[in-house]
Amino acid sequence: MRVPTSGQAQGLPLQGKTLDPLKRVEKEIKKCVKCGACRAHCPVFGALQREPAVARGKVAIAQAVLSHGIELDDRTYADMSKCLLCGSCVEKCANDVPTDEIVIAAREALAQQRGLTTFHKAVGRVIRNRKLMSMGAVAAAVMGPLFFRKVPATSGLRLRFPLPFVGSKRHIPNIAKKPFMERHPEVIPGEPGKPRIVYFVGCMTNFVYTEVGEAALALFRHLGCTVIIPRDQQCCGLPGMSGGDLATVRELAEKNLAALEKHQADYIMTACATCGGALHKFYPAVVGKKHPELLERCKAIAEKTVDAALLLQKLGLNPVETGEGEGIRVTYHDPCHLRTRNITRQPRELLKSSPGVEFVEMEGADKCCGLGGTFNVYHYDTSMGINAGKSTAILNSGADAVATGCPGCMMQLSDGLQQRGAKTRVMHTLEVLSRNIRR
Amino acid sequence: MLDSRIIQKLTEIVDEDNVAAEPQDLLCYSYDATQMQFKPDVVVYPADAEEVSLILKMANSERIPVFPRGAGSGFSGGSLPKGGGILLVVTRMNRILRIDTDNLIAEVEPGVVTEQFQEAVEKLGLFYPPDPASLKFSTLGGNVAECAGGPRAVKYGVTKDFVMGLEVVLPTGDIIRTGGETVKGVVGYDLTKLMCGSEGTLGVITKIIFKLLPLPEAKKTMMAVFDSIDGAAKAVSTIISGKIIPTTLEFMDHATLQCVDRRFSLGMPAEGRAVLIIEVDGDRDLIEKQAGQIHGLIKPLGLVQFRVAKDAAESEQLWKVRRLVSPSLRDVNPTKYNEDIVVPRSRVPDVIRRIEKIQQKYDIPIVNFGHAGDGNIHVNVMIDKEIEGQEEKAHEAIKEIFQAALDLGGTMSGEHGIGLSKAPYIPLELSPVQIAAMKAIKHALDPNNILNPGKMFPE
Repeated sequence: MRVPTSGQAQGLPLQGKTLDPLKRVEKEIKKCVKCGACRAHCPVFGALQREPAVARGKVAIAQAVLSHGIELDDRTYADMSKCLLCGSCVEKCANDVPTDEIVIAAREALAQQRGLTTFHKAVGRVIRNRKLMSMGAVAAAVMGPLFFRKVPATSGLRLRFPLPFVGSKRHIPNIAKKPFMERHPEVIPGEPGKPRIVYFVGCMTNFVYTEVGEAALALFRHLGCTVIIPRDQQCCGLPGMSGGDLATVRELAEKNLAALEKHQADYIMTACATCGGALHKFYPAVVGKKHPELLERCKAIAEKTVDAALLLQKLGLNPVETGEGEGIRVTYHDPCHLRTRNITRQPRELLKSSPGVEFVEMEGADKCCGLGGTFNVYHYDTSMGINAGKSTAILNSGADAVATGCPGCMMQLSDGLQQRGAKTRVMHTLEVLSRNIRR
Repeated sequence: MLDSRIIQKLTEIVDEDNVAAEPQDLLCYSYDATQMQFKPDVVVYPADAEEVSLILKMANSERIPVFPRGAGSGFSGGSLPKGGGILLVVTRMNRILRIDTDNLIAEVEPGVVTEQFQEAVEKLGLFYPPDPASLKFSTLGGNVAECAGGPRAVKYGVTKDFVMGLEVVLPTGDIIRTGGETVKGVVGYDLTKLMCGSEGTLGVITKIIFKLLPLPEAKKTMMAVFDSIDGAAKAVSTIISGKIIPTTLEFMDHATLQCVDRRFSLGMPAEGRAVLIIEVDGDRDLIEKQAGQIHGLIKPLGLVQFRVAKDAAESEQLWKVRRLVSPSLRDVNPTKYNEDIVVPRSRVPDVIRRIEKIQQKYDIPIVNFGHAGDGNIHVNVMIDKEIEGQEEKAHEAIKEIFQAALDLGGTMSGEHGIGLSKAPYIPLELSPVQIAAMKAIKHALDPNNILNPGKMFPE
């Protein structure tokens, strides 16, 4: 029985342009030779052990959708939802198949064919509207399920109104009383002749982990940099991208490009691996591919985008001046969106040279924490199954604190550790590095 | 198409979650690394030998083909369900049952991933040498069924050399054990060896007892660049006749080096025409000495560069060159036919010359690299299927390549197996009588031809 390569599928007729997103990645799809190497690296496959869950399977499904052998039905939707967009398979692929981009394209095609899910419509509404997000209650209610954390029995936080997809297990992280960006002026002048840093803050830092923003600010001010926090910056859009809502992503990308372009930055700095991944990789690769008229602008922003830890090292931060604190044993978790940009060495070097820090490696530091944006909402148990190995590795390392470079990972790591009743602290690398700076 | 009664029966044997038959499931179990595609009618994931036995009994009485599959990473289509039927995935059986440090053996289920097994035994100071390139994802069951090899075969041999015993479910559903845990054992025919490399046509492997070795103390990696292919080939036999058996002796020809260099700029000496990556393992003092001896032996053979890795990081750098080969090949042409002929190691230069002639005759790129130490050369015929006539040319060229290997006293396939892709060619190597003997064995064990039919023998 050869796989059909032509002929019309049964069921709903395909809308005219529904397959366009997949056609844009057809060349990439064809690069997959089905060798199976991704089976060794895909965290979701590791948990589920079924071929449709692995990159090779998803690429095969995408290919069959293009040749009308498979429909954009519920099952295809479920299969495509089982991807963390962590890029592990892409890094290890001998043929450079960008499965993350292919999955995003498939999700866009699914959204076009079937409409966005109620949840992703809500996500789109919220991330398009910073004001809406700024209303703490709404942020707590709607960003919560996006960022997924378990509610400890003792937690006082409760959802204001019921939302679909929010399991009873989830914890709504503590929302900051005052968002980070509202605490600071747009331009914080530094010393003359020092670099101008434009800070792309990201929603998680702005609304939840404001201490990450404060640490970033303190460190770059310590170096004498001028820090600009553009008022009109938006969500990076990755939560929308993960649901196939490319219209929202484009809208946000355009607003962000405009917000970032007007400040003549020497560097665009992110302290969130995910936001950094969006600006550095997904804007050119996904938004740029869909809207070629934006490609050059996306590329220009991507070139200037630097992760905070990498930039601090480049600008010569001496952790001896900023990091002195109580003796602490620290391990480090590699966020996927830093690891896939080859930022693995620099955060470790900075942590190791920070006084009082005893650095220990954990086993599998480069393995995904299992968050995967909205993956966690739909596949909470699989997500926490992937996370279980991470929690074990952190505990086995004997560290007092796990540092990482992504507020999304911070939330997932906290969730996993809390479920084990562990006292291990979850910190951003910048928090460890800035322990000796008065704020 | 199977009727729903069969699927119902399967769900009674394994539970509902372990039977899959939606179009996406069938699609995702329709391929392997050959890129051929044939859809099964249903996919089933049994948990143990008993379930496998019940599935085979049912299939045998219903006369439904069953196709065993591990990771689906094979290079010859051995697990592909051509003609449809039940695809039997063994990856749920993925436990390492025991590692016996007194008797240096281990017992595993077939779905264990090769590298995970190696890591587990190495933690105890033991060693399982077979190292197929797919070891990070291929399963031990698949390795045994295909008799996988790898670079370390020069010194340590291939998968079958480490299999001491098996638990196998025969096509009729009977569960048997073959071999055992003892080094010696001569009672009856050696069914263990028969099952190794039988490509899932004679039984489904459900347990494997492996022999283990003590883990060598250290290893040393060297890279030797030669000004001619003959020099490199002579180096292989010179090292071995010099009474040194390296762990690996990997070879890359000029075409391969050009491919890699185009993409990754290796900075190879301009006069370099062939490269050997040589690794020795053993006691620290011994391998230091061997590295020196090897240098002395190969120096007169047109050696233009010799590098010895000082530490693990440098060794990794040298191996990287070898690992970059596969990703680079794609730049030559999009489709690759990866054949794995073997010749006696002294005939490697002859076979390379024959292949060069074949390349000229058909005017398609052929890139050679592989395990020169055991004469196993990966011959990659690179074509663009979009160009009319190239696919036919490739098949003609491959036939001549096989013939060349046979003429030189070799074999068509060292480690990939026959499966579907090489089945049409086996009359080149096996006589009608040999094939008849093999078919008689197949018929005796699988009278209704339900287990992995259509494989190995030409139809």
